[in-house]
Amino acid sequence: MKQHWLVRPGTIRLLWAVFLFVLALTALAGLFTEGRARFGIDGSLAFYAWYGFLSCIGMALVAKVLGRLLQRKDSYYDRD
Amino acid sequence: MTVISAMPPGLPLVLGALLLPLFGLRIRAALVLGLPLLTLALIWQVPDGATLQVAFLEYELVPVSGDRLSRLFATVFATMTFACGLFALNRARVIELVAALLSAGSAIGVSFAGDLITLVAFWELLALSSTLLLWSAMTEQSYRAGMRYLVIHLLGGALLMAGVIGHVADTGAVTFTAMALDSPAHWLMLAGFLMNAGAPPLSAWLPDAYPEASPTGMVFLSAFTTKTAVYVLLRGFPGAEILIFIGLYMIFYGIVYALLENDMRRILAYSIVNQVGFMLCGIGIGTELSLNGTAAHAFAHITYMVLLLMSAGSVLYMTGKRKCTDLGGLFRSMPLTTICGIIGALSISAFPLTSGFISKSMISQAAADETMAIAWLLLTAGSTGVFLHAGIKFPWFVFFQKDSGLRPPDPPLNMRLAMILCAFLCIAVGIWPAPLYAILPFPVDYDPYTRTHVIEMLQLLLFSGLAFFIMLPYMKRTLTITLDWDWFYRWLGPRAISQVTQVLSRWHAHSRIGFLRRLGSLFGMLFLYHGPQGILARTWATGSMVLWVVILLGIYLVAYYY
Repeated sequence: MKQHWLVRPGTIRLLWAVFLFVLALTALAGLFTEGRARFGIDGSLAFYAWYGFLSCIGMALVAKVLGRLLQRKDSYYDRD
Repeated sequence: MTVISAMPPGLPLVLGALLLPLFGLRIRAALVLGLPLLTLALIWQVPDGATLQVAFLEYELVPVSGDRLSRLFATVFATMTFACGLFALNRARVIELVAALLSAGSAIGVSFAGDLITLVAFWELLALSSTLLLWSAMTEQSYRAGMRYLVIHLLGGALLMAGVIGHVADTGAVTFTAMALDSPAHWLMLAGFLMNAGAPPLSAWLPDAYPEASPTGMVFLSAFTTKTAVYVLLRGFPGAEILIFIGLYMIFYGIVYALLENDMRRILAYSIVNQVGFMLCGIGIGTELSLNGTAAHAFAHITYMVLLLMSAGSVLYMTGKRKCTDLGGLFRSMPLTTICGIIGALSISAFPLTSGFISKSMISQAAADETMAIAWLLLTAGSTGVFLHAGIKFPWFVFFQKDSGLRPPDPPLNMRLAMILCAFLCIAVGIWPAPLYAILPFPVDYDPYTRTHVIEMLQLLLFSGLAFFIMLPYMKRTLTITLDWDWFYRWLGPRAISQVTQVLSRWHAHSRIGFLRRLGSLFGMLFLYHGPQGILARTWATGSMVLWVVILLGIYLVAYYY
């Protein structure tokens, strides 16, 4: 069966390239904002980029740890 | 005019709902689509202030009292009833449509309730009709989940009722206005309201119950209950600081649990809790900007949540599958559902040009204006988390990721039209926010589309996207659920009770034997002395009686001499 064009490895490589380019662009565009340092930290270079990235990594890790403690088979309650 | 404006806008929906089973398909369809539109027209006939007053016992009830906030919420309730009705048309059971219109009517009833007694009445009707809506999926799971839903909501209703009674006893007034948290009665009312908002610790009812509804049922369910709670909190407790903390908890609870979840509709259920968290923060901050932001966000949220659930509902309806592990690659055969799902996902993530962008940013801006640094940082982190769990995770695992081999077509025409309508609303409100801003409770002096704000938001969201794809190996879905506070009443409670009853019954059996033995010996003794031959009960001869009298008299005589 022919692969859908969206899932061909070439397309995926292209999408990654475009994505990284756009990321660089938005980070650069940060230089042209009226840096609103309301709390100090939010005035740092490309604050929203690194803060967004790190908080996502952080949340995914917290979820992972919590999952270790709290995840059960999805038939857990079915026995009742 | 006066007659029309005094007509409770929710009434046609409630009465119409009860008539639905009497008619055939055609008239039923006309009612399901026509009644919400009629309601919408009635909503905009309600002027400011009380238009209907009824004496009840010694109280003056105000079943219809309008202002900008009531009209805003009632408008989105009615609009979404139309959209969901279109989605469910000819697909849902009659009983489901009855329950859906009843809950829409009661949510609109709450929005216009000018007094607390009317409020409680519609509040309870909403709980009952939502339970009926759940049960109309007619499965064993939906029956059990509906039972748990009902218990929690009746408990919430009881707390609210107790609070209202206390409030009336304290103040003598039944009017529903803003209250301070200065008496036990008001705390009880707050607790009752929060129960419906999905606040901790009893938030698990939402992800527990909603995903057990039918594909069309959950679309209806998502629209009314939690947002009615947001409305009453917005009117009753603006500026109550505790709501900021509760809201922040709900934001991160929603994100973390959604990240761990495998059931696509449960992912969205967690994101309802998460989004209501943002609204509670807005209410807690309590400035005009944040209250406006909360109201606008509730409006935007109902629309994109309904859209997201319609796309998930379409997938479930067409494939019968609900787990991310079973799904994937559906974009090939369900292009429209995919696009609408993505539009909903972008809106919930507050992407520029969508409805979430013009509403949620007002709440973060209000936190920044009040120099609440920690709250602002957490709200911003929360925004990235929304993109992570709902913005990318939901569409990625359902429509892309691996090829599941499933090739279902897009759903039937009415479902497609309903999704297109909601997607249109999400984008229209995002591009052209002025009409929404014009009907918010306070005058709006806010422009979301400044260059700085757009660039900041793009940085935030795109880099969260990068984080998602980097972390993808860790996000792999497994056949699991995540334990929540409901473990206490679904697992521990029943087991604790059965343990206690076991111990008690063993003790009972033991003590019963001992007791019976002692009782037996007691009866034996009684029988010995008092039985037919017992010394104290048998018939004595007259002679022995005379003998005893003589002895007694003799003793008496002897005693007398000394």
